[in-house]
Amino acid sequence: MIEIEKVHKSFKDLEVIKGVDLTVQKGEVVSIVGGSGSGKSTLLMCINGLENIQSGSIRVDGTEVHAKGTDINKLRQKIGIVFQQWNAFPHLNVLENVMLAPRKVLGKSRAEAEELAVKQLTHVGLADKLKVFPGKLSGGQQQRMAIARALAMSPDYMLFDEATSALDPQLVGEVLDTMRLLAEDGMTMILVTHEIPFARDVSDRVAFFREGLVHEIGPPDQVIDNPQKPETAAFLKSVV
Amino acid sequence: MFDYTFQWRTALRALPDMLEGAVVTFETAALSMIFGVLIALALLAMRETPNLATRAVAGTWVSIARNTPALFQIYIVYFGLGAIGLHVSSWAALLAGITFNNAGYLAENFRGGLKAIPDTQVRAARSLGMSSFQAYRLVVVPQLLRIVFYPITNQMVWAVLMTSLGVIVGLNNDLTGVTQDYNVRTFRTFELFALAAVIYYLIAKLIVAIARLLAWRLFRY
Repeated sequence: MIEIEKVHKSFKDLEVIKGVDLTVQKGEVVSIVGGSGSGKSTLLMCINGLENIQSGSIRVDGTEVHAKGTDINKLRQKIGIVFQQWNAFPHLNVLENVMLAPRKVLGKSRAEAEELAVKQLTHVGLADKLKVFPGKLSGGQQQRMAIARALAMSPDYMLFDEATSALDPQLVGEVLDTMRLLAEDGMTMILVTHEIPFARDVSDRVAFFREGLVHEIGPPDQVIDNPQKPETAAFLKSVV
Repeated sequence: MFDYTFQWRTALRALPDMLEGAVVTFETAALSMIFGVLIALALLAMRETPNLATRAVAGTWVSIARNTPALFQIYIVYFGLGAIGLHVSSWAALLAGITFNNAGYLAENFRGGLKAIPDTQVRAARSLGMSSFQAYRLVVVPQLLRIVFYPITNQMVWAVLMTSLGVIVGLNNDLTGVTQDYNVRTFRTFELFALAAVIYYLIAKLIVAIARLLAWRLFRY
């Protein structure tokens, strides 16, 4: 369970998150939608401690993410994240990209890590690209590799930060399909996304962010199909 | 007007000694590179610390190394240290001078290389549970190595050529030193230095060839 309570986050003088409360249950898929600058991506970075927070608290399975004594590297092992800019490691081939963390962080043997990596890469449809370097892959393939890389750590949670925003339109589908599979497998996911139809399909709940706050939250048939607040309706109209 | 008669035989007779000198030249350059790389890494780290004094020392080093003649740097080590009672050998002065120069240039190369690797690489590595040290060792350094590989090769060639400055602080067993010794005795200046130039050229080419081979083995992407 991820519990976010009254979180405030500023970059210098600019407050981007202004007291967000959000609880995500195990097995739940929550989509976060909203305009740029509404703090949704920043919130994801805060959840796995890539960004600090000014006040409030974020707990993952009861562990305070930003507390002094927290072993953040340990905690991150169960929170996978996929970035907008897929961030493949260019000096490693696809297989090595996925094997790296299981070997060096989890201490798995080469054989174990390879088996794990091949399984994940097969899952995302890259079984024929194992020895290829990321530079030779399309954006969609790199993003699927990034998903496999995160999944190879066997995380309990997956965060997706606009995972399809940097992709050519014809490549978006393959990445969304991969994410859909994951949701169907029961993975707990928080997705920041602009793909409203996709969010409606896979989410248990959708949160609309506005000016650093959760402006409206609820099941997709409410927030997307029948928004209660005029700002939500206006936003949805602007993106569709 | 031009009635110089070439006597290559004199130069060829000097060749075995010159080749021995070339070994000293190469060794000195290689040593200065090893120390240079290590110091450059230290300078790089020093320039990233919040401590103002540490940053100033490193900044000054890089600035002087890059903006004054190598000749001057070697001179200062030899005569400057001598003037305050610290007597070092010609070879040590040369090595220290070139090392100083190498470290300055390499530190700047490393800094540029580090900038070329996006922060998001560290972020991605950390998000997988790697420690900060692991992220640098496993993700940043391998990429940095490729970026700074050719600048390092360049600097190595440059170091070899800089060793020829040893002659001004009295070094007589490197390639230039040996050549100069023969020159003083035989006055076959053109032949001897032409031969020395060919040897320098070949050493430089050899370094570049080895670097190419290494790069081909090392960098697969």
